[in-house]
Amino acid sequence: MDKGDGLDRGKKSKPSDQLKLTEAELKENITKVLNTHNPHAPQNIVRFNYKEGVYQRVSVDHTAILFEMESNIVYQDSEEGRRLMLKQAEEEDRPDSVASKADKKGVKLGNFFHFTDRATQTLNNPPRQINCQTAPPPRSIFSATANQWQIYDAYCEELQKQEKQKATLLKKETDKSKKGVLVTETQVLFSISPLAKETKILERMVHQNTFDEIAQDFKYFEDPSDKFRGQEGTLLPLWTFQHEETRGLSVTALCWNSKYQDLFAVGMGSYDFCKQGRGMIVFYSLKNSSFPEYVFPTTSGVQCLDIHPQHFYLTVVGFYDGCVAVYNLKKKSLEPVCKGTPKTSLLTNPVWQVRWQNDDIDNNHNFFSVSADSRVVSWTLIKHELISTETIRLSVNGGLSNVPDDEQLQYFSSTAGGTSLDFHKQTDHLFLVGTEQGKIHKCSIHYSSKFLKTYNAHNSAVYTVKWNHFHPRVFISCSADWTVKIWDDTIKVPVFTFDLMSAIGDVAWAPYSSTIFAAVTIDGIVRVFDLSINKYEAICQQLVVAKKKTKLTHIEFNPVHPVIIVGDDQGLVSSFKLSPNLRKTPKVRKQMEI
Amino acid sequence: MAEVEDTLKRIEAREDVVGIIIVNLDGVYLRSTLDDALTAQYTKHLDRLTVMARSVVRNIDPEDDLTSLRLRIEKNDKHEIMRTTIW
Repeated sequence: MDKGDGLDRGKKSKPSDQLKLTEAELKENITKVLNTHNPHAPQNIVRFNYKEGVYQRVSVDHTAILFEMESNIVYQDSEEGRRLMLKQAEEEDRPDSVASKADKKGVKLGNFFHFTDRATQTLNNPPRQINCQTAPPPRSIFSATANQWQIYDAYCEELQKQEKQKATLLKKETDKSKKGVLVTETQVLFSISPLAKETKILERMVHQNTFDEIAQDFKYFEDPSDKFRGQEGTLLPLWTFQHEETRGLSVTALCWNSKYQDLFAVGMGSYDFCKQGRGMIVFYSLKNSSFPEYVFPTTSGVQCLDIHPQHFYLTVVGFYDGCVAVYNLKKKSLEPVCKGTPKTSLLTNPVWQVRWQNDDIDNNHNFFSVSADSRVVSWTLIKHELISTETIRLSVNGGLSNVPDDEQLQYFSSTAGGTSLDFHKQTDHLFLVGTEQGKIHKCSIHYSSKFLKTYNAHNSAVYTVKWNHFHPRVFISCSADWTVKIWDDTIKVPVFTFDLMSAIGDVAWAPYSSTIFAAVTIDGIVRVFDLSINKYEAICQQLVVAKKKTKLTHIEFNPVHPVIIVGDDQGLVSSFKLSPNLRKTPKVRKQMEI
Repeated sequence: MAEVEDTLKRIEAREDVVGIIIVNLDGVYLRSTLDDALTAQYTKHLDRLTVMARSVVRNIDPEDDLTSLRLRIEKNDKHEIMRTTIW
């Protein structure tokens, strides 16, 4: 016999006397049954029975006795039992007997014959182990989790497989050729361009951490000292937005995006007649004040811009050289979608104001522009081309004169350049135009030959006219003669006049209240007025810029948040939060009926 | 592609940012501004945490997915670990 030491791993060591079976026999199933039949008991023992004279089979008992012990239990009431009990009682009387000391239960039973035990141990055969180890079947450990989402993913995969099968039946050939191209691309470059969105979010997260206090202030800070201040309010400085490429340029236009209320556009150019050069359009988000979201450099300085209220990705820009351009933010290029030039321009006639209008009947986008060559032009965007139609020509006399182009002298003397434009919030076709001469004309798109009304507003150029967001008849104007005037459009005389002691850059109505407006001046002060509280003075006057010489050029209220942005002539845009006193919305009541 | 590079440079240039690590799905780090040992540590541990966090989000609603994870730590010089992933 082979000695199997149990350590043979992998080797199949067959003992030499192992039964050799064929394949078929190896596979045969052999059942083993347990029964009470003793296999070692002889089955065919016979004894000669003398009585009957035959050999008779003796049935052997199948019981195997495993253990036998002679009992020493005697029945209590039998003769022997009684005798033993008497003996025990005798023994208990003796003082040093074991029985009296020990538990009385134990009945000491003796045996009739008093025999002694003598044991011997036979020699045990030493046991020997013989092992045989077969090769273990190859095992691998598998573990998996079954989560909700893994089950969901598995179902989704199945669904996709099924759909693919349907699709591949039709498109087998084209798919193969496409696959080849894709594989080579990814092998060549490891590209991180799919991370674009994530890196942006990461940048914003980091920015939020850096400017954590400002972000918290923006959201939650309400100046508690306003309660003690009476009616006045303050402006809390928040982020400042600056881009290195805009050095030397001043902010010439600001506009908030209506859909994404943290996004605003800044137009950069120059108000200085001598220093005309390049310009820029920069889009910032409040979520990232260190770097703009979009930057579009332009060849000429930007004078005005407007973001479409419905199609929030379209921006129209008016330039100093008289061109207008429409930029589409959805497209990656830095070039405008289309550019329009005025028809006649011997001089550079900067476009002072552009405004989007609702799409016309053919769903073409259109906007209006007013420029220094005294024309209000309507532009329509048809299939990437801008088509301009002149809406109205501003003339000193208050009506249109069909000025032929070659009569240059008449052109210069009888027309006045327009400087600002605003459409009525409720009635689309009404708009106001402010001129260099200081007049404001109320016009309508439908009547191109005549003004509906003219107001002798100011003594010098009107910089801004704006309709009130709520009241249908009120508008505000500010001009180079250092005054801000509030008008009711049925009255020829201004309802309110504010002389601000300093040249004014811009004025804007608040979108949440019909009586609040803000004005910025070149001495760096922002003034907020609330007509329902104080009709003569500003309820907030605050110096907002660090350097004394910076002039503030534009101001805009955020449509949703209580934030204003102020642009200055250094190219810096600062944002401020309005304190609660400045944010009071008045109860609905008729304004200006004084 | 260039934009992404620019953005990453800008993030790194900020004074509060200690370093940036870009890791692919298999856990191999592709780009890192920190030293090797530290990067290996961060990737190893964060990977596990992200997988678990993602599991939580998706178990509640399988159609949802984890977009980003922010951890604030107590140690003064490093305040926060931020991770955004595309799956």
